[in-house]
Amino acid sequence: MTPQEILDKLTSQFGDAILESKLDVAQPWIKIARDRAEGICLYLRDEPSLQFDYLMCLSGVELSDGNLGVVYHLSSIIHKHKIVLKTVCSKEDPHIQSASAVWGTANWHEREAFDMFGIIFDGHPDLRRILLPDDWEGYPLRKDYKVQEFYNGIKVPY
Amino acid sequence: MELLQLLGLETNLLTIIIVSALPLVFILLYALVTLYLEMKVSAHIQDRVAYMRTGWHGVLQPFADILKLLQKEDTVPTAADRFLFKLAPFIVFAATYAGFAVIPFSSVYIGSNINLGVFFMIAASSLVVIGILMGGWASNNKWSIFGAFRSAAQMISYEIPIALGVLIAVMITESLNLQEVTQFQSGGIQNWVVFGGPLPLTQKLLLLPFTILTFFILFIASIAEVNRTPFDLAEAESELVQGFNTEYSGMRFAMFYLAEYANMFLVSAVVVSLFLGGWSSPFGTALSGPLWDLFWFVAKGMFLVFMQIWIRWTLPRLRVDQLMYTSWKVLIPFLFLCVFAVGLILVL
Amino acid sequence: MDQSRPLPTNYVTQPDRVITSRGKTVRTEEMIINMGPQHPSTHGVLRLEIVVDGEIIVDAIPHIGYLHRCFEKHAEHMTNYQQVIPYADRMDYVASMNNDHAFALAVERMMKIEVPERVEYIRVIMAELQRIASHLVALGTYGIDAGAFTPFLYCFRDREKILDLFEITCGARLLYNYIWVGGLSHDLPAGFVEQAKEFCAYFKPKIKEFNDLLTYNEIFIKRTANVGVLPGDVAINYACSGPMLRGSGVNWDLRRDDPYAVYDKFDWEVQVGKGEVGTVGDCWDRHIVRVREMEQSVKIIEQALAGIPEGNVQSAVPKRIRPEAGEIYIRTETPRGELGFFIMSDGSGSPYRVKARGPAFVNLSVLPEIARGAMIADLTMIVGSVDIVLGEVDR
Repeated sequence: MTPQEILDKLTSQFGDAILESKLDVAQPWIKIARDRAEGICLYLRDEPSLQFDYLMCLSGVELSDGNLGVVYHLSSIIHKHKIVLKTVCSKEDPHIQSASAVWGTANWHEREAFDMFGIIFDGHPDLRRILLPDDWEGYPLRKDYKVQEFYNGIKVPY
Repeated sequence: MELLQLLGLETNLLTIIIVSALPLVFILLYALVTLYLEMKVSAHIQDRVAYMRTGWHGVLQPFADILKLLQKEDTVPTAADRFLFKLAPFIVFAATYAGFAVIPFSSVYIGSNINLGVFFMIAASSLVVIGILMGGWASNNKWSIFGAFRSAAQMISYEIPIALGVLIAVMITESLNLQEVTQFQSGGIQNWVVFGGPLPLTQKLLLLPFTILTFFILFIASIAEVNRTPFDLAEAESELVQGFNTEYSGMRFAMFYLAEYANMFLVSAVVVSLFLGGWSSPFGTALSGPLWDLFWFVAKGMFLVFMQIWIRWTLPRLRVDQLMYTSWKVLIPFLFLCVFAVGLILVL
Repeated sequence: MDQSRPLPTNYVTQPDRVITSRGKTVRTEEMIINMGPQHPSTHGVLRLEIVVDGEIIVDAIPHIGYLHRCFEKHAEHMTNYQQVIPYADRMDYVASMNNDHAFALAVERMMKIEVPERVEYIRVIMAELQRIASHLVALGTYGIDAGAFTPFLYCFRDREKILDLFEITCGARLLYNYIWVGGLSHDLPAGFVEQAKEFCAYFKPKIKEFNDLLTYNEIFIKRTANVGVLPGDVAINYACSGPMLRGSGVNWDLRRDDPYAVYDKFDWEVQVGKGEVGTVGDCWDRHIVRVREMEQSVKIIEQALAGIPEGNVQSAVPKRIRPEAGEIYIRTETPRGELGFFIMSDGSGSPYRVKARGPAFVNLSVLPEIARGAMIADLTMIVGSVDIVLGEVDR
């Protein structure tokens, strides 16, 4: 299916949860509301003509205007089409609905996004740090991150 | 004892002690040779050469290894049970050495010429299990306990095929005393029990498939007794670091290692004595005599040890439940079959 | 309870007090064991917290992060996209050529650069040689996990020949920094094509020797068949890729289904697990997929060597790499699976955000699903069959 058709199906199903889209770039993307992510992802996975059963990558990003966001790259093994989804949230209220009930792989990806950016995924079964130690302070991949001075008595800055 | 008579010495306590310590000397020498053998055989199987610089082609390497182990720090984990931890290696070695008392090294030397020879050996060497369990438990390390449990289960399960295999040989030779068993088989290679024993030709031909099968099964069970690959779950390096050995270092570890090698030779010696003619020369009366007997015995024993090393470096290891399955559902039924068949043939 | 520390030796198991790091309460019959960060068989610094009932595993929780080296943060601070390539090398250090390839491809697509055909051919040759080398490591260490020490040395003996090829090309044996954005760092040296052909002829009978020694050995089959079965739909849901996905019967290979470089010019087959000695998706299937992929790689290399066009390998390298503002996600098939790079550019010379989607990271997340109900000895085989490299898991 072409990206336009995918967008049409989504808007007809979810209406106002689809916020924005840009289809004329090499990898077209669709922006969705952050508190409806699970429902939309479930529809994308189960609808027979779409069947996005493969979540290639889920990345946390910090946008240039200071907001945090999540980018989902979906693909379908059966239909061989791809689409990109985006959600945005602010740093003061970094909540996004979790997609880990839809794709099992989202579990670890979302933990990494939480670890690196501090995005809290509502409905995630086990949201804790994955790459950094559990008692680390701060979210390193944010642009305004200042590394902590001491970690358990070890001096951190080189 | 014949050895003392041969040497013309009187039998008092001192000479008896010296004579009973002779297998210990043998074990120490044999350990050095086997360390070297294992190193070189494994290297050539793996398409590489082992040590070449310590001595000519590495012959001094076993000495270097032992020296290294001697000078290591002797660590005891803080939360370990100190007494049992220190006792375990000695029990393992003592149990193995006790088995050496009934092995006939030569026509003039057997440590203890009792009527129950091989029965005593099976009983004494099962004390090794206690030592291993002690070592695993006292280490206060979950992985050690795992290794100890597995090892205990394995050794106990494989006692039975060994006992059955021994039973078959004993049925043919009609004695539990290993010296008599060996003398029964003297007179040439055709008299060995593995080829049917010195019996009339028809009986021999009927027995032949069963004795060969029993020999192989006994050999497999003996590898399992010694915890060597493919049966080395207890010390599986990839899973349990070193199993019950994990917390041991230095001389205590060397003691476990020495006990393992001694055990390897012990089970090989039993198989050799029962099935391959012990110290008797394969050429009948040619090349026989007290020293030649020792030579033949050690040569046959080392051949089986070499086979054990060869198998170790070729095959992967069995999982613990597959190991149990092999013992209880494969080896033991075949051996029961052999017991009935051999008994029937001997009676008819 | 501090969830990142291992349990102390003097803890007492009480039914309502012992909680695993995932919040599950452990009964007194169960034991929590750490296959800790240092362990001969976890292929790196991986900590597995296993809840066992006797020898049966009730739950296996992987803890990673011991090798986290902040690749993504480093990439944001580079002044040039080319400078990220050595960092990408070090992610999956067993298969560096493939990492370089993926990153270079991503930047080239963003900038819409066309590389000369000679470069594409050489990239394919290097990627396939690297695939063979990486699978040799995986298969050799898998043999050690099973207890067979000899295949490991045979695999490494053969791998030396591949590393020699790499050494005469770019001077390095493990981390190459060879595939750059827009081309390669060096052209092929004289004698490379002959030596590579010699290697292909030498290697084909070695695969058969390896199969005879390990793959079709009765004991090995008993250890790996029906162990760690991963059903195909679970594999797709957990986004497994590479031999893990193909071992479960899913016929999906990015070199054919999402093509890049010149793979469509060669004649080769995608290897899929069929459950020959057990169930589809068990450890043996993943193992045999890797072995057969090595054979196919040799085929591809021979065809590529026969058809390399002439040309310059550095003509497309631009002076200043400045992609327009935008983003791209590119995925390639490395020996472990789908390596993806998501790059966001803001128009300047240094990347704004680089996210590396490591296949080993994603493949490892399925471990709790396939290890449940197995024995501890099986867990070693299962972890070995996932073929993780911690550098890629932790980045």
